[in-house]
Amino acid sequence: MSEPQHHIKLAEESLQKQTTTLNLGPTHPATHGVFQNILEIDGERVLEAVPTIGYIHRAFEKIAERRPYYQITPLTDRLNYCSSPINNMGWHMTIEKLLGIKTPKRVDYLRIIIMELSRIADHLVCNSVIGVDTGALTVFTYVFQLREMIYEVFEEVCGSRLTTNIGRVGGFERNFTEASFTKIHHLLTLLPKGLKEFEILLNRNRIFMDRCIGAGPISAERALNYGFTGPNLRAAGVDYDVRVASPYCSYEEFDFKIPVGTNGDVYDRYLVREGEMWQSVSIIRQALEKVEALEKEFPDQKHVFYAPEADHFHLPPKEDVYTKMEALIFHFKMIMGEIDALPGEVYHSVEGGNGEVGYYLISDGGRTPYRLHFRRPCFIYYQAYPEMIKDGLLSDAIITLSSLNVIAGELDA
Amino acid sequence: MTNEFIKQKLTDKFGEQITNWEEPYGMLTFTVPAAQNLKVMQHLYDEETLRFRFLTDLTAVHFPDRKGEELSVVYHLHNLVDNARIRMKIFVPIETPDVFTASQLFSAANWMERETYDFFGVNFVGHPNLIRILNVDEMDYFPMRKEYPMEDPTRIDKDDEMFGR
Repeated sequence: MSEPQHHIKLAEESLQKQTTTLNLGPTHPATHGVFQNILEIDGERVLEAVPTIGYIHRAFEKIAERRPYYQITPLTDRLNYCSSPINNMGWHMTIEKLLGIKTPKRVDYLRIIIMELSRIADHLVCNSVIGVDTGALTVFTYVFQLREMIYEVFEEVCGSRLTTNIGRVGGFERNFTEASFTKIHHLLTLLPKGLKEFEILLNRNRIFMDRCIGAGPISAERALNYGFTGPNLRAAGVDYDVRVASPYCSYEEFDFKIPVGTNGDVYDRYLVREGEMWQSVSIIRQALEKVEALEKEFPDQKHVFYAPEADHFHLPPKEDVYTKMEALIFHFKMIMGEIDALPGEVYHSVEGGNGEVGYYLISDGGRTPYRLHFRRPCFIYYQAYPEMIKDGLLSDAIITLSSLNVIAGELDA
Repeated sequence: MTNEFIKQKLTDKFGEQITNWEEPYGMLTFTVPAAQNLKVMQHLYDEETLRFRFLTDLTAVHFPDRKGEELSVVYHLHNLVDNARIRMKIFVPIETPDVFTASQLFSAANWMERETYDFFGVNFVGHPNLIRILNVDEMDYFPMRKEYPMEDPTRIDKDDEMFGR
């Protein structure tokens, strides 16, 4: 018998190698975003993962160095596009901190309503996608109806849905309409029912639990060392929440709990997000009550939707622009970016859908930032991914990725 | 934990080496010599009364006009127990931007330092895998430095005097 003929040139040692190299991504339906992982697998066990990121890097920090402040808001939309209002308002609050603008209470409460709604939208996507990746497609279709209704509220308030560009420095571009309050109230009657239904389908579902419990765990020490924040850190058992640790936007007046997990695995992350959605519903209720109480006590407050000190940064209403000269001049000055900011150095952070979204802004007094750095929670905790999926199954690696809620836009900036 | 307390603690240990004490918007900010960055961070981490054990953010800033200290690396550290934040800065010349890596102390620093290297060319000495992370590997410059303007420099139809930086 003659030796077998090798017509294909194989790499050195590739015949001796007992493991398989698997390329997962960059565009794969299971990764829910554009990022690549080169996995070294032994059967179904993951030995090593090498992540590659940067596929949708858009150089936002560089672009921001040449944009007037109000033109940076649309850039922040595209970081975590599942909860863009939180990013928008975080950015506005950073400028307010730089300029020393104090927002009226009503603006704070309205902002909280919008931010908590977007937190629910963000968590709904993440949790239902865990369901999809474990084979439970039904829940995904159920809750996306609720997400749709949240987007309708955004549409009513600012005119757009996904990349919202909501609000302005000092408050909102226009007052909330009656319809938007009606929509929020209507949503509040539907959300608890929807969440309950969602929980009945998944929380104690045997198949779901068997898939999720123990998959992709991380200890509290490692999570802190890796710079985890948000639901992923709380799932590991650390109760750090920016809303409580350094309250912004009058969060200190609200009564809410921080759900925490114990093992930091997929199931805990799921439960923490689930618990947070209930807390968000409660926060929105409280905020609506506070708005109503405020309007009852001071009827003028009904028309307050931005801070008066922020006049130099707030576009005048369109009807004024068309009829009054001062408003037209202001509008022109703002749009052309003629308004200078104060020089200063400021770091401000908000609790985004995935954790602490930070803005490190250095202003040299010009019309644009000298340097703007986004602290993007996804980017920081995604580097723990190889450690989390090591020695687990390939299918666990997929649900770990979806439970971390890695959003490509936030990852790559 | 007050800013004065942190300042006192650090002055006791490092004396005159730490300079430029500031408190912009309430956050204690100081500058340490580039060679001392790890020692100060390790002290902030280990000291039982300080416990700055969370690296919030790491980035760099380019100041082309400051001769000999063009690149500034900025660390934001957080004490989660007492909820105190500080900002630590180091300055390095652009010709030899060598900074000791913090990735042994904080795993989070690994990618943040890669990003900083990618955009500013800060050379983190001792980093396990200092390669580009967001830009393409073939790129041969550091795009966030100020010498690379945003707009295409060949364009003449834009009047920068009125509408540009």
